Amino acid sequence: MNKLLPVLLIILAAALIAAATIHSSSLVPATTPEGAVRALLNQVKARDAVGAYQYVATASNTAPDDFKRDVFGQESNLRTYSSLQLFDTKVLREDDQEASVRANLEWASAVGAVRDTRDLKVVREDNSWKVIWPVQSRPKVPPQVIPVNYLRWDIVTRGLDDDWGAQNVDAPRVRIISMNPVEKDGDFILLGEIENEDTVPGFVSVAATLIGKDGQVIAQEESFDKISHVLLPKEISPFRIDFPNVSRDRIKSVHMQPNAMLVPASADPVMGVMHQALNKDARGHSVLKGELMNQSGQTVNIPHVLATFYDSAGKVIWVSDGYVDQSLAPMTPVAFSIGVRDDLASQIHSYRVTVNQYTRDRVQ
Amino acid sequence: MFPLRRSLILGIVCATVLTCAAQVRVPATVQAGSGTTVQASGSGSTMLYLFGPGGALKREVQRGNIEISGQELKVAGRYTVIVDGDSASFFVTAAPLQKIAFVAHPSRVPAAASRAVQGSAFLFDGFQNLVLTPIPVTFRLAVEGDNGEERRTSSRDGVAWVQLNSGRRSGPAHFVVTSGAIQVRRIVQQVAADPCSIRMSALRAPDGNILVETAPVQDCSGNAVPDGTIVTFTSVDAAGRSAVDARIKRGIARAELPASRSATLSVAAGVVLGNEIHWGGGQ
Repeated sequence: MNKLLPVLLIILAAALIAAATIHSSSLVPATTPEGAVRALLNQVKARDAVGAYQYVATASNTAPDDFKRDVFGQESNLRTYSSLQLFDTKVLREDDQEASVRANLEWASAVGAVRDTRDLKVVREDNSWKVIWPVQSRPKVPPQVIPVNYLRWDIVTRGLDDDWGAQNVDAPRVRIISMNPVEKDGDFILLGEIENEDTVPGFVSVAATLIGKDGQVIAQEESFDKISHVLLPKEISPFRIDFPNVSRDRIKSVHMQPNAMLVPASADPVMGVMHQALNKDARGHSVLKGELMNQSGQTVNIPHVLATFYDSAGKVIWVSDGYVDQSLAPMTPVAFSIGVRDDLASQIHSYRVTVNQYTRDRVQ
Repeated sequence: MFPLRRSLILGIVCATVLTCAAQVRVPATVQAGSGTTVQASGSGSTMLYLFGPGGALKREVQRGNIEISGQELKVAGRYTVIVDGDSASFFVTAAPLQKIAFVAHPSRVPAAASRAVQGSAFLFDGFQNLVLTPIPVTFRLAVEGDNGEERRTSSRDGVAWVQLNSGRRSGPAHFVVTSGAIQVRRIVQQVAADPCSIRMSALRAPDGNILVETAPVQDCSGNAVPDGTIVTFTSVDAAGRSAVDARIKRGIARAELPASRSATLSVAAGVVLGNEIHWGGGQ
């Protein structure tokens, strides 16, 4: 009896550990197309790649690793720092074997909420509904050496022990080259463009102060991420400053304050914005679509697209932006799409797209 | 009888006081750091008080000629000396010019810009006193090997300043201020101004894409626009608009735009537009 008790306890402990670690890998099969999509997205929300993949149809021809990379990110792209927060689904079409379901997704990410709409095809496989989840295969960049010999600017500033009057290096000269105040949905918005007129790079921002009719300050705001902060010589960036819940009637004047700071910077990477065109998305809203092409040798982890829209007189009428959740491998086009105000679509005469970038393991 | 006696006593007391209080005499001005002599009438030891912008001192001295060293009179300004209740004031003026604090602005300036360079020279003696007397000062701004621009002026209240046009040539310009044997130099980087005209050419790449390249980009004075400057190439065709923000490298910007059968190619740097090419439909 003395020997039996420890043996029993060991067997019991092993059984409990096994029960805690091994759980059933089979989930409840989806009985409806919408149920399949919801089940898949619920697993994505729970960050269970294996569980989510069980609702992916074999016809997708998507390998589990590719699915995981597509849903949970790779190469430190934005999706890596995102999690699915909310979704809603709507059946667009359905028959016995096939259906189409629209999923509106909202990802919580490091740069705020990112919204996405996917029209998913759902098929019947093995007596249950499964989702076709195609993953666009990215061309492999062949091993190669890409010489990069772009400029880099470093700064030597004056020392503490320098004489009074000894010279320092000036901040770059920047200029606001256009500004347009607009009102939308009860918000007051300042749009415009700023140029680095100097021959050195600068870290720029634009601040604005609204002065009321009584001479008091109503609000102060900055351009935050609706601007390219690092501007190389002669580079132009759009900016947008939002003042929520401020009516134009209350404002007597606006004080604009462009700020510039001399920073070390590199002239690469060069990014092309190809095949830009105004289109309609699946929901019928206006979008600006195109492709980003990283023309340098280093992967850009998080691209940020800024678009400036002009009317026929060349006036800036809107500035919008969007983050791309894929990283940009060298010389590999990646599609982007950013929203355009539907009420302005007919007034847009031309547009200009610029790209901000965040590259991991890179100081500047 | 009584008023006469009282007047006599008062007279004796006043005469006694007057012989005890020293008469202090000082020069009207003294040069900083050179020292001076204070004359106090009478004899015997007494206490000297001296105070001014550089500090204050109290010292037991012998009446007569009292020496004050140059070390005690380094800071320019009004000084007061008191001996036996009598006081006198004098001014310490700056010594001859020994140092120029030169503030030059900006550190970078576009070439051929009018009144774009400012320089202010603050003239000091060896004791950090502003030299307030007018002194001739010469400012000169020139890139090496260039005549540059020179301006002669006179200081006023210890300061001389100038506004100069930047030169037409880019490069490090020596901005020099000279007064007597003292010379101070600053470097003002004269940089190319906005591009004057941007000329672009285009040819078909082996893979069908369009290779666009500028001629050497220069400002209106013929200076090469610095490397790293952004030049935007744009192609508009039936497929949409494509743009590349290229950087000038070795004076030239180049980029590859997507293949197209018919496109309008344009080029710009900042707010300066270059030529336009109609690709596929003849240039």
